[in-house]
Amino acid sequence: MADTMQFDLVSPERRLASLPVSAVRLPGAEGEMTAMPGHAPVITTLRPGVLRIESPEGTSEFVVTGGFAELGGESMSVLAEKAVPLSEMTRAHLDELIEDARTAHEAAKAAPEVEQNLVDEAAKLLADMEALGDHMSL
Amino acid sequence: MPSLKDLKNRIESVKSTRKITKAMQMVAAAKLRRAQESAEEARPYAERFNAVMADLAASVGGSDSAPKLLRGTGSDQVHLLVVMTAERGLCGGFNSNIAKLARNHAQRLQAEGKTVKILTVGKKGRDAIKRDVGELFVGHVDLSNVKRLSYADAQGIAKQVLTSFDAGEFDVATIFYSKFVNVVTQVPTAQQIIPAKFETAEEPSATALYDYEPSEEAILAELLPKGVATAIFSALLENGASEQGARMSAMDNATRNAGDMIDKLTIEYNRSRQAVITNELIEIISGAEAL
Repeated sequence: MADTMQFDLVSPERRLASLPVSAVRLPGAEGEMTAMPGHAPVITTLRPGVLRIESPEGTSEFVVTGGFAELGGESMSVLAEKAVPLSEMTRAHLDELIEDARTAHEAAKAAPEVEQNLVDEAAKLLADMEALGDHMSL
Repeated sequence: MPSLKDLKNRIESVKSTRKITKAMQMVAAAKLRRAQESAEEARPYAERFNAVMADLAASVGGSDSAPKLLRGTGSDQVHLLVVMTAERGLCGGFNSNIAKLARNHAQRLQAEGKTVKILTVGKKGRDAIKRDVGELFVGHVDLSNVKRLSYADAQGIAKQVLTSFDAGEFDVATIFYSKFVNVVTQVPTAQQIIPAKFETAEEPSATALYDYEPSEEAILAELLPKGVATAIFSALLENGASEQGARMSAMDNATRNAGDMIDKLTIEYNRSRQAVITNELIEIISGAEAL
C-alpha cells in the first residue's frame, strides 16, 4: 500500500492545494474523520471546521465553511465552498462568517412557512461557526 | 472636394480615434489574461463537482424521491431564461450574439404556447432584447459595480433563481452565455440548469462502491442548489473571458481600419496639396508668358 495519496483542495474560485498527503482530518457532516491512503471510497458533506493535512513536507491547516469531500483509495478531493489557510484566518473574518450564519438563522426562524429542520440546520451552522472560533483560540 | 484644412482635420480626428481603440485593445488584452486565468482556476472545481453530481444523479435520479431540482416539476410549461451579457459595449458581436440566441429561443417557446420569463444579467443584453421581448422581463441583476467576479456574485443570482423556483414560478431554467473558445471564437451557448442535466460518464466508474455520509438523498439535496451556483459561476467566468476576447479582436479591427483610413486620407491630402502647387505654378508661368 502506498503511504501517500493525491490530495486536492479546490474552491469555486481557485485550487488551493494539490499535493501527496499521508493523512487528512476533515470535519465531516457526521463527525470528524481522518482519511489515510487506502480508505474506503466515501462521499461526505462537510460542516464548518478545520481541515488538517499531513503530508511528508509537514502539516497545513485550512478553515472550510462547508462543501463536500470525495475519497477514493488513492486520491481525495475536497470541494470547499470557501477555504482559507488557518494562518490567514483572523477574528474579524470569523466574525463576518458568524454574522452571516446568524442572519441566516434569524431569517429561517422568521419565515413562517420554513420547515423546522431548516431552522435547526441554520442553528447548527451558527453553533459550528462559534465552536470554530473557540477551536482556533482567537 | 474637401479643402486641405478639412482633410487635415479628418486625419487628426481619425488618428485620435485610433489611439483610443488601440488603448482599449491593450486594456482588453490585459483583462483577457486575468479573465482566462480565473476561468481556468475555477475549472477543477466545476469538473470534480459535475463528476460527483453525475454519479449521484445516476444512482438516485430515477426514483420518485429525487429532489425537484433534478427531476423537474413534471411539466415544462413555464420557462425561465437567464440571459447573461456584458455591462459594456464596444465588443463586437458579443452582446448581440447572445441576445439573438436568447430572443430566438424565447420566440420559439412562445410559438409552442409556453410561458417565458426572462431574467437578465448585464445591461447590454437587456437593452438589446427589450424591444422584442421586454414584456417578459421578470428581473435584472446589475453587475456593473463588480470589479472582479467572485463566487458570491454567482450565489446571489443562484439564490434569486432558486427562490422563484421554490415558489413554483417556473419549471425549466436555461442560462445563455458565451463560451470562450479562443480570442477570435466565442460560441453563444444555451445551457439548461433546472432540472439539472449532467453529462454521465461513459462507463460507470467505481460509483457503486462509494459510501455516502449522510445518505445519498441528503447529499444530493444539499449539493443541487450549489450546482446551480456553480453552473452560473462558470458561465459568468466564461462570459467574462469571451467579452474581453471579443472586445480585443473588435478593437484590433478598429485600429487597423483607422490606420487604413489615415493612409487613404493622407494620400488624398498630398494629392490636393500638389494640385494646389501645380495650379499656382501654372498661374505664375502663364502670367509671365502674357507679359
